[in-house]
Formats: sequence, C-alpha cells, structure tokens
Amino acid sequence: MSKSFTPKVVTANDLLKGDVIYQTATGWTRDLADAEILTDEAHADLRLIEGSQQIADVVGVYLMDVALDGTAPQTTHFREAFRAKGPSNYVHGKQEVA
Amino acid sequence: MTILVTDTGFTADTWDQGYTPFGEAANDVVSIDVPADTNPADIKITPTLKMVRIDFPSFADGRGFTIARMLRLAGYTGRLRAYGHVISDQYAMARRTGFDEVEIHQDLAARQPQEQWKFRSDWKDNDYQDRMRG
Amino acid sequence: MYTYNDFDKSFIATRNAQFRDQVERRIDGSLTEDEFKPLRLMNGLYLQLHAYMLRVAIPYGTLNGGQMRQLAFIADKWDKGYGHFTTRQNIQYNWPELRDVPDMLDALAKVGMHAIQTSGNTIRNVTADHFAGASADEIADPRPVAELIRQWSTDHPEFQFMPRKFKIAITGSPNDRAVTRAHDIGLRMVEKDGEAGFEVIVGGGLGRTPMIGKVITDFLPQEDLLPYLESVVSVWNQIGRRDNKYKARIKITVHEHGIEEIRRLVDERFAIVKGSFSGIDQVRLAEYKTHFAAPDFVVKSEAVFKDAYHSDPIFRSWADTNLSAHKADGYSIVSISIKKHGDTPGDATSDQMRLMADLAEAYGHNELRISHEQNVILPHVHKSDLPALHAALKEQGLATANIGLISDIIACPGMDYCALATARSIPIAQEIATRFDDLKLEHDIGNLKIKISGCINACGHHHVGHIGILGLDRAGVENYQVTLGGDHTETAKIGDRAGRGFEAHELVPAIERVVDTYLALRTDKDEEFIETYRRLGLAPFKAALYPEAQADAA
Repeated sequence: MSKSFTPKVVTANDLLKGDVIYQTATGWTRDLADAEILTDEAHADLRLIEGSQQIADVVGVYLMDVALDGTAPQTTHFREAFRAKGPSNYVHGKQEVA
Repeated sequence: MTILVTDTGFTADTWDQGYTPFGEAANDVVSIDVPADTNPADIKITPTLKMVRIDFPSFADGRGFTIARMLRLAGYTGRLRAYGHVISDQYAMARRTGFDEVEIHQDLAARQPQEQWKFRSDWKDNDYQDRMRG
Repeated sequence: MYTYNDFDKSFIATRNAQFRDQVERRIDGSLTEDEFKPLRLMNGLYLQLHAYMLRVAIPYGTLNGGQMRQLAFIADKWDKGYGHFTTRQNIQYNWPELRDVPDMLDALAKVGMHAIQTSGNTIRNVTADHFAGASADEIADPRPVAELIRQWSTDHPEFQFMPRKFKIAITGSPNDRAVTRAHDIGLRMVEKDGEAGFEVIVGGGLGRTPMIGKVITDFLPQEDLLPYLESVVSVWNQIGRRDNKYKARIKITVHEHGIEEIRRLVDERFAIVKGSFSGIDQVRLAEYKTHFAAPDFVVKSEAVFKDAYHSDPIFRSWADTNLSAHKADGYSIVSISIKKHGDTPGDATSDQMRLMADLAEAYGHNELRISHEQNVILPHVHKSDLPALHAALKEQGLATANIGLISDIIACPGMDYCALATARSIPIAQEIATRFDDLKLEHDIGNLKIKISGCINACGHHHVGHIGILGLDRAGVENYQVTLGGDHTETAKIGDRAGRGFEAHELVPAIERVVDTYLALRTDKDEEFIETYRRLGLAPFKAALYPEAQADAA
C-alpha cells in the first residue's frame, strides 16, 4: 500500500541573501506561516518543478513536510524547525527579527 | 555543431580528419578520441599521431586534466583538445595542463559567450606552477 | 611569518576579480547553480542552513596582529560581530550575503589572506602544528614547507576538480599536534644520516569510514616533496572513485588497491613528474625559511611571574593549565581558551579578536596561531609579561583555565548551522562544559579530550576523542553515539563505539558516569583517562554507560 501523501511546502534558500524561503502561490516568502500548503501529490510535484526553474532567484529547492495546526503550517522535523527559527546558540536568523 | 575555443575566442574547427575511438586505434592512427577513464600510460605516442581529443563527460570530472598533463610529460607534442562539458572558468586549467583548445557545444557557447572565455586568455599570468617548477 | 610578494598580491587580486565576475555571471544566468557551486566552494563560500558561510584560510594556523584585527573588522562589517575558528585552522563567517563576499575577499587580500581552497574537491588549506617554531620538542619548523605546499597547491590546474577533497597536514615534532595520521597525506619531518626529509603517510581520514593513514615512504628527501605530492594526488585524481562520494577519498583508494599498489603507481608517476621540477622550489624554500626566522627573544627577569604565581591562585591555575614549554629560556607558549564554559566552542567576538591582536603585538612578537582544537595561541610570550597578559584576557572573558581539560571541547557547528549535519553539537558542548564546571571537578579529572561531530563526516574529530560524541538523526530525534579511547596524537587510534546512542537529555549524565568510572578506577591522579582506558579497556566504561544491561544480566 502506498503511503498517504502528507502536506508539503516548497522551500529553498534565497540566491542573494542565502536565507530560508518558502513558496507562496505568487512568489516566495521568508515566513513559513505565509507558505502555500500543498496537499495534492501531483500539484506538489508541479510546484516543486516550477520553483526549481527559478534559478535566478533561489537555490536548493525541495519539498518539506509540514503539519497543519488549523490552517497554519508547522515543521515536523527538527532540521526544518531550525531553518524556520535560527541557531540555538545565538538569537540570530529568523528569530532575530521575529 | 560544436564551437572551438582558443586564446583568440571562438573559431571555426579546422580539423577535418575525424577521430578514431581510443580502443580501435592502430599504430598509424592520426587522431584519437580518449575517454575520461583512460590510463594515460596506455596512450601510445607514435610519429603519426597528430590530434588527441580528451572527453569531459562533466565539468566536475577533472580526470582529463591529469591525462593531458601526463601526455605532455610523456612527450606528446601534437594537438591536444578538451571536448565536452568544459566551462569558461576552466579554460586556464585546460591550457595550463597542456591543452591547445577546447571544443564545446552550442548551447554552452550561447550561455557562456566568447568574452567569458577570452577573460581567461591570460592563463600564462599569475601561475604558481611557474614559480614552483621554473 | 611569510609576507606576500608582488606575485602573491597580483595573484590574489586577479583571483578575487575572477570570483567577483563569477558571482555576477551566476546572477545573470551564464553559470548554472551546478556550475557555480564548485567555483564558490573553491573560493571558500558555502550555502548553509540559514545563510551563506565564508571559510577563510589561516594557512598552517599562523597570523599576525594586523591580520587578526582585519578578521574582526570583517566580522563587524559583513557579519554579526563574531567568527568561528575550526578544526582545520580556518575561520568561518556564518552570515554574509552573496554580493558582499567579493568585498570580504578584497578586505582579506589587504592583509595577505584569502579563502581559496578552503572547500571544494581541491587540495585544502595545509594545516600544521600550532606550536611550530616555538615548541621545545620540535625537530624543525614545518611552516616554510607548509607555505611551499600552499603555493604549489593553490590554483593547481590539474587538481581543481578531483574526486573529493584532499587534506594535507605537517608536523615538525615527534609529538604530533597536527593529527597527521588522520589526513589524506600526513607529513612528519624527519632526519636520516643528517639529511632532512619526510615520512609520508597516506590514506588517513575520519568521516564515514575512519582510517589511520599508512606509511607510503618512510624517508622522502626534502627536494622530492612537491613532485612526490603531485604524483600521489595525480594518481588518485585518475583512479579515485567518482561513482560514490563516500568512496571517493584517497583512504578508500588505498584500501581498495592496497598500499603496495598505490606505492608502485606513485613511484612510476614520480619518475615522470620529477623532471618537470627544475629545483627552483628548493631555492624558494630556502628563502621562505628566512621569513619564519625566530623572533629576537629577550632575556629578562622572571620575578614578576614568580611573584604572581605564588600570590594569585587564579593566575596560578591558568598558568598550570594554559602554558606549554617554549624552546627559549624565559618564554612560554600561551593557549588562549576559546572555550569559556557555556559559550560556543571556537567562537570569538570582534572585541576579543582585537584584544588578542593587541596582546600579540604588545607581548607576543606579533604572532598568533589558531589550533585545530579551536583555541588561539600566542606562541612567544616572555614569562614576565604573563601576569599583565592574563589580567587583560580576563577583561574579555578569555582567561578560562581549561586547556586540555574536559570543557576544552572540539565541536563542529552541527545542525545549528551546517546543511550536512544530522544533529546539533554546540548545545551538547555547552551542557557538558557547564555541568563539569558546576561540579568543580575538571582540574581533578585532568587531561581528557571530548570531541563532538554533528554528523558522520566527523569535522569534530569524534573518532579520535578520548570521549567522542557523534550526533545522528534517529527517527526524527537527535541521538548521540559515544566512542571511547580514541587518540589524535602520534599514537593515533580510532575510538571504540560503546553501544546504543543517547538522546540529548540522557547524554550528559552518561558522560558523567564514564568520568566517575575513571575517577574510581584510576591508579592515582597521574594516570590520565586515556591511560586508564588503555589499561582496562571498554568493559568497565560500557557497564557504566549502560547500567540497565547490567541489571538485565543480573
């Protein structure tokens, strides 16, 4: 039996700034809360391809798992939690401006 | 069609005698196509050999640079050509290891026009190997 | 110290202009990301979890006050006011933006520094004994040779797209402080019948398949060094595996072909390559030796030192722990701990860097070193200056007396920064250091090296730690494996894996049980942890790590 598809978000790093970004319906955002939630596998694959083609703006595009807390996406793996927040030894990265 | 790159930029390919695959080369072969996994010691340098074309299956595969260097150290003085996925940033490396020229495909030439290759036609300058070898 | 000549300056300026151009060509689409990546890596630029990271070479760990001050300037101008010293004698900046990097490289060039080949499938920054030129136990200063290798390997046209990275370390002392047996090539300076040469060790490395290097030649004459190195790297560039990056390092090539076959291939190639060197490199080497001439050591009274040592217990504790024997009378080698309890191992703020630069100029013949243990060394300080130096270090939180102790931990950046990491390293190091500081036990425990890596690639050298810790991702939870009895010195040994891993909250108590076992079992205070371990083996420590297994067996 194939595994059921879990919600996903397309994520990458910004080419110029290097920071973590997430795909929205119209572009990219630095805030996971604003990301486009992908619940259909075929649509997710399509959005991944579309994101990967934007080589002038982004680097290292991939699909990450999210859990849905109401409508807001939450990270499910600690690696993505660090990417969404910043390092644990200093208040740097996204948590710095939050 | 392919594009030939030399120190003067993009030029027409003047070599019209084709290439014999490395494994099929006889003793009187004039030109050979050498795959990247070739042991340079197995390339027989004969008086008739005038052209060696070494394949770069990917720009990230630098075996061709070692083959070229070893061929030159073994005394080969004919034409030596790098062929395939070589990017303009590698032009100086190719020339310094003994290649005379680079043969690239058109799509790469469109993405990296000749100014980007001529930018490294200064490959004789700023070479630490000169200082170390004399 | 080596100072750049016109050639070096012209080379760096041109190289930086090329990289500036490559950045713009990446942005305009002339270069794909796949093509740009190795180019940025060979210029020291990574893309990590949260941002780009620029890794700057401190060749063979040596720099002067002006260079250290420039590192501080760069940290303030383009980063967040700090830098991270690494196990390969580099400094890393964690937060640059892509378009700032060419400016950062130009700022480095102003003080004769660069980031070339600190990454990528190239010959990396050559590392050396951080006590070179100062230590009492040294045969010869390895740094002139290291500089020769730096120049030979820099932009070497044959070796920019190799199967994988290639690391060279060199030591001039029989007491190996450069981990030479865990490098792709390790060089030990030796003498035979009055002639200077090298023992060449090949195929060492940590990572997924840890291996202690094998001796490929026990005596290589000094003048054969560059052609021999070139032959080794050339053979490997040709036959090293490119189908699997985990099998690409030369340690696997040596393992698969056997050291005898590799030696035969290298000797065969050497016979051809040797003729392409005219011998001019030896003329340059002789010149570089003059760059590294010992400073003019002064002779003066040590009374101030002796007074402070007897009257000030804090100074005495620091002096007992952080000083090493110097070859010159009246001098000491000072290790400045970048491991204050609870801080990030190897991180120095720009203020701390500026202070160390000032102190090097005032008291240290304008020399600093970065050690692979992520500390900063002032190699030449007269004992009479130590009390003033110590007082100044205290002001900036740099006077921690813990060199070689349990809180002097090597830790890679781990998942707090690194895109390859599988777990965090830094918080583990912080917790261990804080815990043993609270217990006030570390001086009693004595010499004990803890080394932490946040993934199998082993940048934190966990395999050769007395206690090694490897962070893994076990079903989405950080999990830490413990190895015991590793050794990074001339008696190098890969540690023994103790058993199942620990979750983060279980780890510090587990380490404490290992240490308690040592304290209970050592013959006396002079028997160090590693000696007790060698005497008794893994069993008693394993029992302490896994008491539940004992209970089950009972």
